[in-house]
Amino acid sequence: MLNLYAVSYRYRLASRDALDRVSLSVGPGQFVAVLGPNGSGKTTLVRIALGALSPIEGRAEIDGRPAQTWPRQELARIVGVVPQREDNLFPQRVRETVLLGRYPHLSIWGRERAEDHAAVDRALAACDVTDLADRWLWTLSGGEYQRVRVARALAQEPKLLVLDEPGMSLDLKHEMGLFELIRGLVDTQRLGVLMITHDVNLAARFADSLLLLESGRPVASGAPADVLTQATVQTVFSWPVSMQTIDGRPQMIPLRQPKESHG
Amino acid sequence: MKWTLLLVVAVLALVASVVLGPAAVPLSELLRSDIVWNLRAPRALLAFLVGGSLGVAGAALQALVRNPLADPFLLGLSGGAGLGAVLAIALHLSGPWALPIAAFIGALAALGLVYRLGLIGGAALDPRILLLGGVAIGAFAAAITTAIVSLADAAELRNAFLWLWGGLSAASWDSVLLVALYAPIPLAILVAASRPLDLLALGEEPARYLGADVEAVKRRVYLAASLLTAAAVAVSGVIGFVGLVVPHLARLTWGHRHRALLPAAFIGGGALLAIADTLARTVVAPRELPVGVVTALIGVPVFALLLRRWTIS
Repeated sequence: MLNLYAVSYRYRLASRDALDRVSLSVGPGQFVAVLGPNGSGKTTLVRIALGALSPIEGRAEIDGRPAQTWPRQELARIVGVVPQREDNLFPQRVRETVLLGRYPHLSIWGRERAEDHAAVDRALAACDVTDLADRWLWTLSGGEYQRVRVARALAQEPKLLVLDEPGMSLDLKHEMGLFELIRGLVDTQRLGVLMITHDVNLAARFADSLLLLESGRPVASGAPADVLTQATVQTVFSWPVSMQTIDGRPQMIPLRQPKESHG
Repeated sequence: MKWTLLLVVAVLALVASVVLGPAAVPLSELLRSDIVWNLRAPRALLAFLVGGSLGVAGAALQALVRNPLADPFLLGLSGGAGLGAVLAIALHLSGPWALPIAAFIGALAALGLVYRLGLIGGAALDPRILLLGGVAIGAFAAAITTAIVSLADAAELRNAFLWLWGGLSAASWDSVLLVALYAPIPLAILVAASRPLDLLALGEEPARYLGADVEAVKRRVYLAASLLTAAAVAVSGVIGFVGLVVPHLARLTWGHRHRALLPAAFIGGGALLAIADTLARTVVAPRELPVGVVTALIGVPVFALLLRRWTIS
């Protein structure tokens, strides 16, 4: 579905590549997480995967077609995105904003059809936000708001869902709830998921496969247990850690640094 | 229900502007009166078309520049049009179309300059720069205009000053026909962009991922809204606040979805300007106020109330 073949990218006037020969593949029913510290190229990777940037080397393909050649409306019918930021200019209700997810399926002059409203209802139900449908967005908590944004992406009825740091600034319950929701969608609807995150432990708990980036270079990729070894994690995140296993998944515990080497 | 009410208000506004006026026309002679047919009717229709155009242009531009306080004239067009008109007056260009054509050319020149400035960062049109560039170009044109006006004689000065505050006294069936043929094209382009405009309210990146061809939409909306405004200013001078207040009032009732908002802003803007022009003709009859004075006198208090609402919610 989504395939990146050794893509490289360099921003204008930058002294090094933002991405250096990164490969990645997401298929139906697969949850892939991209991990890395700040500035490791995670967001650039998403932009290339979605055709917003063209790789200077390598290829980014969605369903076998170069990502940057997809007309945006056609692409939005098969790929739903939850971007890191959005800033709603006008007050909006939950149902209205989820309905925006149907726009890729509508013609310029056509009205919303019954099937569009049905898709909105299904998306609201899948994200457990049906009760919030008539609420204003600005009255929602951070966790509710993220679920609504996932619902909007689901209303697109995509095959692939891309999320950029969806767990940021959520408390424990809402963050876990969101990851459980995404995992459930992968398992029940055979959705492919590409998630950018810097939360190593949640990615290891929920994803099928991880890609670890450092300064634009792929350090390791594959099953969480293979990728997240103590040596790799310490090097990439520049901090001493101890690794443990919970539910068969590796979990990272950051260690205190000895005082004399501090700072 | 709200559509019916809006249409009733619009029809009443048009009827009032045909019936009312400094010259008393008996109701029985209304349909045969030369004043009604050749002065008031075209003037009422022109006011409606211009007001509607300004309402739609304002609503679309507010979404484009991501600023709910944007007015179509913030984009430098009024400055350019004013300069064109004042030049035509100072150069004693004659003929019924000299002034509108000069104003239209001035507005187009300002539009081109602002558009070029908006592309200054590269291939992507930056709406923030459009807004800042519009203010800058408008101020520059206004400075030159003032320089010309300060050198003009008293009669020219008065003409230029009145033109700058807007007026529909030059309305004729020709100008109605011209606007009625011209305006539907940019209006249709804007209405066709309704859904992408809804998406743009989320920001450019989310809009792109929801299927909007963002760069094409921004260009199309900027050019269509500007061409609409340029034509309005060419036939009627600078009429402020219609493009700011009408979209806001329409948003209160119709919400922010452009498919309903844009038509409502058209009808509402048309009704408002027809009413304002009727007041401009009648309150100090037999003299006449520039209609821009009336829209500002109505618009500023309404705007202040809206601002209050905006900051409370």
